[in-house]
Amino acid sequence: MTNTTERTSLSTRPSDDDRRPGELNFRELLRWIWRQVTSMRTALILLLLLALAAVPGSIIPQEGVDSLKTSNWQADHPKLTPIYDRLGLFSVYDSPWFSAIYLLLMLSLVGCILPRLWHYWRGFRAQPPAAPRNLTRLPDHASYVVEGEAAAVLERAEAVLRRRRYRVSVGPDAVSAERGYLREAGNLVFHLAVVVVLVGFAMGGLLGYKGGVILLVGDSYGFSNTPDQYDDFNPGSLFDADRMEPFTFSIDDFSWDIYTDGPRAGMSRNFASRLTYRDSLDGPEKTYDLKVNHPLSIGSTEVFLIGHGYAPVITVRDGTGKKAYSLPTVFLPTDQTLQSIGVVKAPFASPTQIGLEGEFYPTVAFSKQTGSYFSTLSKPADPMISMLVYTGDLGMSDGAPQSVYALDKTKTTMLKKKNGAPFRIDLRPGETVTLPDGLGSVTFDRLEEWNKIQISQTPGKFLALGGVVLALIGLLGSLFIRPRRVWVRARREGDGTLVEVAALDRSGGGDVAAVVDDLVKALQQQPEEKQ
Amino acid sequence: MTDVQWESLSNWAVAACGVVYFLALLVHLAEWASLRKVPVAAGGAAVASVDIPGGVAVMTGPEGEQDGQVRRTEFLGRLGYLLTVLAVAVHLVSLVGRGMAANPDRVPWGNMYEFTLTGTFVVAALYVALYQRFRLAWMAPIVVAFVLSVLMVAVIWLYSPVAPLTEALSSYWLVIHVVSAIIATGAFTLGGITSALYLVKERATPRESGYVARLPKPEVLDRVSYRLHAFGFPVWTFAVLITGPIWAHQAWSSYWNWDPKEVWAFITWVVYAAYLHARTTAGWKGRNAAILALVGVATLWFNFIGINYFSTTSQHSYAGGAPALVTGESALTDSTAP
Ligand code: HEM
Repeated sequence: MTNTTERTSLSTRPSDDDRRPGELNFRELLRWIWRQVTSMRTALILLLLLALAAVPGSIIPQEGVDSLKTSNWQADHPKLTPIYDRLGLFSVYDSPWFSAIYLLLMLSLVGCILPRLWHYWRGFRAQPPAAPRNLTRLPDHASYVVEGEAAAVLERAEAVLRRRRYRVSVGPDAVSAERGYLREAGNLVFHLAVVVVLVGFAMGGLLGYKGGVILLVGDSYGFSNTPDQYDDFNPGSLFDADRMEPFTFSIDDFSWDIYTDGPRAGMSRNFASRLTYRDSLDGPEKTYDLKVNHPLSIGSTEVFLIGHGYAPVITVRDGTGKKAYSLPTVFLPTDQTLQSIGVVKAPFASPTQIGLEGEFYPTVAFSKQTGSYFSTLSKPADPMISMLVYTGDLGMSDGAPQSVYALDKTKTTMLKKKNGAPFRIDLRPGETVTLPDGLGSVTFDRLEEWNKIQISQTPGKFLALGGVVLALIGLLGSLFIRPRRVWVRARREGDGTLVEVAALDRSGGGDVAAVVDDLVKALQQQPEEKQ
Repeated sequence: MTDVQWESLSNWAVAACGVVYFLALLVHLAEWASLRKVPVAAGGAAVASVDIPGGVAVMTGPEGEQDGQVRRTEFLGRLGYLLTVLAVAVHLVSLVGRGMAANPDRVPWGNMYEFTLTGTFVVAALYVALYQRFRLAWMAPIVVAFVLSVLMVAVIWLYSPVAPLTEALSSYWLVIHVVSAIIATGAFTLGGITSALYLVKERATPRESGYVARLPKPEVLDRVSYRLHAFGFPVWTFAVLITGPIWAHQAWSSYWNWDPKEVWAFITWVVYAAYLHARTTAGWKGRNAAILALVGVATLWFNFIGINYFSTTSQHSYAGGAPALVTGESALTDSTAP
């Protein structure tokens, strides 16, 4: 210690050994830091920090979980948003501070395991430690006197303990035994497996992707697995599009039904999409019934059915009688009855561009209370669309990307009736409305359906799963194997033999008094079973 | 039996088991009240019996009057336990009724009411099952009072009529996932009760009589608490880190979504991992470990009930009325929500 004080003092005198003082200090500092980082207390505090750090992400909407909710929240809280944004509170689970905590925890974990692995390895063949001098000092012990020879008692003790799967070593006057070595192994397996899980989890996040596409039902529509075919596509930061599997599929048929009575009347169920797919461009055609909870696996990619809705086929003819628009138009559901909203854009109509915006009701009804339409059922018993008409510049020529589900109304005017009320077109399938002022007409031809398909590739998922299972096995070993040491000493005392038995629990959770009792009973039995 | 009959059977059984739990509670309170008259430390035998893990200190003193008193309390204790067993059986009937009332028949875990019904059942059943082994007699009034009050909360605020499961919920992974989550919740709850009593006992000044004086020694409480947690932790691991992700992967296309329920299940897991560490860390064992166990239970029950009111992004569809297929993290369907 004197050495240390000398080194840390500001003395200019060269130190006794040839090493420069700063170097040693630095190395000592490193060692000190390492010891702190890998201490149990640090692990404990890091675990608590991790738990605490996970909390904000469950309260503040997260970009990666629900981007729309996040942007709505941001619009509602203009003051907080920049602060939260700087703190990474909209993507807590990949923010630098969250990462810092779990990376430190991993460092601590590895630093903790490696030395313990080494110790375990060396201790694996070790013999049970010799009996303490005074066995009756241990909290759990028993002693009694028998007639026979001490050697016979010890021999019997050895046999009894071996039968109970103890590792036994026999000394001159005592037998030492130990069992439960696998507890430490279980603990090490558990902690190693935590690292494995994290690696698997990270692989999924970095190398994988997740994307969604809305696909119309019918074999005339199809999907092929390239990034540009997705409506939304979220690749990991090390994602490589070359690893995407070249499959294609279409939805031949989509069926579902609803509860007609009971408390969940109107709730839909039994969704099933019949897919025709090919594993690769020239592979054979196969079919699969895609259902909720039954994804389709193609290679390492999985295809899920996660949503559905309606696509009315709408035709717009312009003032010249030309078809300016004629397509199944995806409407997005807003509630359980599949009441949906959608837009139509006909930028090439003449004399003026035409935009439509409105709602679709699978089974329409009118509410006197609100003075508006609503849908009573998600099934199309009486489907209707109700839309408003916008004319003018739809803003599609300036090249800025636009959502197909929203109308840019800044340079348009809403079509009105003579009396000034909005010109509303209410159409049932097969019906046509003629627009005023020679603008053209709008037809609701028929109804189609769409499915929202989610597709994801999650490399490392089996690694992660294997890791957790391994962790659980290790955990069971670590929690339920009770390591203990047992000693039996026998020595001549007067004209009998004094036998002392003691046991020590090494896990802090066990109750070894029963072990001592059991052992004494076994020792006192006549050794007749030992043939 | 028709579905309606099953449903009314279930409702009837909930009421009946509530009454029986209440009787059990009264009997246990009478037991502890009459124990007050018997000094804990009168005579060596009594002191020794406090050391028995979980044993209610009952002394076998010389005075005849106290002898009668002791016999009475023993009788009350046994009666209370038997009533609890009976209540648990009726409680089970209410669960079965709930499951059979749905069409098609299903597990009774479709909504918060049913989860709470099942959760309290597991707490009570675990207590009954471990009563002998861990000698839990001292826990009786607390467990019964706890089960009774949570059951009342369920009936008054959480009740909802029998309804079919939303599609994403009808998977056999649901059965495995929920069974294990609820069993772990039961064990952690009992562990939390034990840890709370540990903290009380540790601070209490040694007194002559009363409930606290008759609790087992702090070391014993600590050990019982550890064993309950050691049982609960692997089961919880299995529930939230194995079957939960497998099910999520099948239903929502990715095994971990950082959904609020998942986040809180993870927080609970990490807190209990910290508890297990704390028990072996100098300066943290004992008191701090017990406090961590209480934090763990708090996060567990917050997740179970509180998060449903706190956050609306949860995909766990029983938490709200999310439509069956329009649920999920599809930004698309959410985006159109009014
Ligand atoms: C992600 C981080 C960690 C998690 C989730 C974790 C979890 C656990 C759990 C659940 C236990 C109790 C079960 C058992 O005995 O195996 C445990 C025990 C243990 N952990 Fe960790 N741990 C982590 C990090 C660490 C670190 C960094 C260290 C080293 C300082 C460490 C050292 C230990 C030790 C020595 C035990 C055994 C305690 C005993 O003998 O009962 N752990 N850990």
